[in-house]
Amino acid sequence: MAIPCQACEKNSACVHLTDIRPSGEAVERHLCESCAMKEGVAVKPHTMSATVLEEFIKQGLGLKSLAERVCPQCGASFKDFHEQGLLGCPYDYTAFADLLKPIIEKAQEGAARHTGKTPGPSDESARRQTTLSRLQRSLKQAVETEQYEAAARLRDEIRILEER
Amino acid sequence: MTIDDLMLQRGEWLQGTGPMSDVVISSRIRLARNLANYPFRNRAGESDLAEILRTVSEGALSCRSCKDAVALDLDPADPLDRQVLVERHLISRQLADAPGPRGVVVTRGETLAVMINEEDHVRLQALRSGLQLVALWGEINALDDELAERVEFAFDGRLGYLTACPTNLGTGIRVSVMLHLPALKLTNEIVRVARAAEELRLAIRGLYGEGTDAVGDFYQISNQTTLGKSEEEIVEEFGESIIPRVVEYERAARQALIEKRPVQLDDRIWRAFGNLRTARIISSEETLLHLSHLRLGIATGRFPKMDVKELNDLIMPTQPAHLQKRTGRTMSGEERGALRAEYLRERLHRLN
Repeated sequence: MAIPCQACEKNSACVHLTDIRPSGEAVERHLCESCAMKEGVAVKPHTMSATVLEEFIKQGLGLKSLAERVCPQCGASFKDFHEQGLLGCPYDYTAFADLLKPIIEKAQEGAARHTGKTPGPSDESARRQTTLSRLQRSLKQAVETEQYEAAARLRDEIRILEER
Repeated sequence: MTIDDLMLQRGEWLQGTGPMSDVVISSRIRLARNLANYPFRNRAGESDLAEILRTVSEGALSCRSCKDAVALDLDPADPLDRQVLVERHLISRQLADAPGPRGVVVTRGETLAVMINEEDHVRLQALRSGLQLVALWGEINALDDELAERVEFAFDGRLGYLTACPTNLGTGIRVSVMLHLPALKLTNEIVRVARAAEELRLAIRGLYGEGTDAVGDFYQISNQTTLGKSEEEIVEEFGESIIPRVVEYERAARQALIEKRPVQLDDRIWRAFGNLRTARIISSEETLLHLSHLRLGIATGRFPKMDVKELNDLIMPTQPAHLQKRTGRTMSGEERGALRAEYLRERLHRLN
């Protein structure tokens, strides 16, 4: 049988806490979700994000040590990033990897992996050829499906690319 | 090449040419890069910044893409010169106002610019009038490759190019298209465009980017996410789908105005002409507002007195820094307003 909430005595409890009193005595508490939230001991799962983390940091609660973690390369702390919105050096992405992960995912629509280009020499003419053939394919398709405006646009782009 | 030489040119973003130039003013692609062995800009010391500036300037100048380019040292530059570069869309406001060693390498045609020590160490920019994103991507990708042979960029196999702010992480690409949307504005349909853009996670901003309002119905649409898609995918999505749809929407709104409210439309256009031709003091915002309506008149064939190029040639010279640079001194807002009005009256008088 469900345990009733000790605060409102109406809903059934779903948050179970063990408070340690200054005397060392352990006291068990059972709360429903809304009462737990009122007391600030529970957060809605979907708001567990950078803002919540920031709250924790501000209140100096359990996560304080995380905010004060320092990048061994540039000396910037995670708190610095929170205040300025800018990282200190490329190594920060390694030093704060776990803390940055949710922030990156939030800013990047859940994406976590780069799928674009990589630095390093590549054959320019080969790449141009790839682009040209892709455009020519699209042009053929546009003409076949009678999308003349798109076709004209593609034709212009092909011309510009060929002139270079 | 100096700032004075640039002043003699029309400016790439105002050429008035390229695909869909009835609605698309200009296209821009920007890539954010950082050097691997330095702290990011905000934690870099004066000597780091000076070294980065020298390394990147020299590297960029030796690239084939930049063979006719010039390097401009922005820290010791006259603030007015920096503002001229902002108005020509060659540097950001942020770079103009930032402290410390910083600079820009610009090609003669103003299509490529390498900003150094902005929020990231390197911001490559390719700019052209009209909708030309595929061509721009080709140009900026080639420059990026050349530069990567000369300096080492901070790159991570999983996260891509590492940037000072995680919002630019991965590709570091920002695709922006400047649109002229007077009919959507007049019919208030622009609200719907803004809502759709928000859903697609796109940013809509004013003429000079971040934090600026849309003056004179000029809007800039750009991508906000930079990780998880390839550069080509982002470019194609913009060039083939998003922008053409907005362009179609604006064209339909223009057609509707012509058919259903021709008198109101003409009223806007000709009042704009009257204001520009008679004003004795005029701000750059008011100038852009009226020029926007004249541009709508040209695009709808209802204002045959001038073409888009002639109209565009009134935009840059009436911007605050260009106006002062041509006069050779800084002026108060009121002085500028009077000079601007005089310039416009003189230019528009010739049309009669």
